[in-house]
Amino acid sequence: MSGFAALVGRELRLSLRQLADTLAAVLFFFVAGTLFPLAIGPAPEVLGRMAPGIVWVCALLAALLPLERLFGADFDDGSLDQLLLSGLPASAVAAGKALAHWLVTGVPLLAASVPLGLMLRMPEPAFGALVAGLLPGTALLSLLGTAASAVVLGARRGAVLLPVLVLPLSVPVLIFGAAAADAASVGLSARPNLLLLTAYLAAALPLCPLAAGAALRGAAA
Amino acid sequence: MLTARALAAFRGGRLVFRDIDFDLAAGGALLLSGPNGSGKSTLLRILAGLAPAETGQLLWDSTDALADPISHARRLAFVGHTDAVKPGLTVSENLLFAAHAVPGSTGKGAKRTGRDAAIADALDAVGLGALADLPARYLSAGQRRRLALARLALRRDAPLWLLDEPTLGLDVASVARLGALLQAHREAGGLVIAATHLPLPLAGAGELRLQ
Repeated sequence: MSGFAALVGRELRLSLRQLADTLAAVLFFFVAGTLFPLAIGPAPEVLGRMAPGIVWVCALLAALLPLERLFGADFDDGSLDQLLLSGLPASAVAAGKALAHWLVTGVPLLAASVPLGLMLRMPEPAFGALVAGLLPGTALLSLLGTAASAVVLGARRGAVLLPVLVLPLSVPVLIFGAAAADAASVGLSARPNLLLLTAYLAAALPLCPLAAGAALRGAAA
Repeated sequence: MLTARALAAFRGGRLVFRDIDFDLAAGGALLLSGPNGSGKSTLLRILAGLAPAETGQLLWDSTDALADPISHARRLAFVGHTDAVKPGLTVSENLLFAAHAVPGSTGKGAKRTGRDAAIADALDAVGLGALADLPARYLSAGQRRRLALARLALRRDAPLWLLDEPTLGLDVASVARLGALLQAHREAGGLVIAATHLPLPLAGAGELRLQ
């Protein structure tokens, strides 16, 4: 357990030192979100209707941004060998990476989703469901992204492969997440969609680190 | 303590070596030599459990060493040909993660100072003590190599040290410091296996020549 805590501490310290890279995802989230009113016009009824979907698509794309370097930097400079030889199972290394990715990307996106929703005139009742959906949603994106970035490690054109792997797996996250906020904005219950999201998270929580750990071992060999 | 039996490895579909046999007793040292591409680094990665061997066995105290890669990883320290140094962290912060494995160094308060003392001690062992708070991006290539070697000084409890070209870019004084570190490790019963083209200060080391 102390090794896992040390790993997460190391990752957080590294992202704190590369603050520009860390904030890039949140900035991208905002900039991409503000493009929509410019493209489809500022009419409140149209924007408000589309707002939950816009926030979710932007969050999905923003969470992809830091994934390429998630293992890439450690793979290139030899740190990955040190992590794999630290006495932690490879799947625990992957789980630590996923947790750190969620803390430095998912949580800021969660916080930024409310101001972006306000900017897009999202209906008030939808905010609770949006945040309640983004909470398991961003965690899922971190887990799926960690597994995918471990799989493409060492592959040529890994940066191109990564979204191709992550985006199809993220489709259920997007559907249920946006549907939860949509349902709440028209006064329906968001609960079924949130439960489906959480079920997906319950499956990904053990499976993604296992898959990522196996992929890391393969990449190091 | 460490015995290799008929190890063979493929890399990129090509046989790099076969029939590697050696025995190392406590305090022993083995130098891997051979031309570029002869499989020295591959053999070290197999010995570390990072890469699988095609055939053959690696025994630690007569039991299969690679059956449990995690406990094998706990008894070894590995310095690869890359330095694994993060330019954004300071010199001492680069050792923080490696230091979590130092006995009695987890947690807060007194134990935390134990960890910091272990890091300071490791930096002194490679002559980087004065640079502890410098961001690692300002280090020269030789200093980065010394920082990578400082991980060894943190893992004095690990009996098996695997080194890939440890003296690359080091000055004479640093090679002498590494020699002292390796000597102390062997006197305490540790094993050293190093791949190198340059003469290493390892008295009485065996040599394994790869073709």
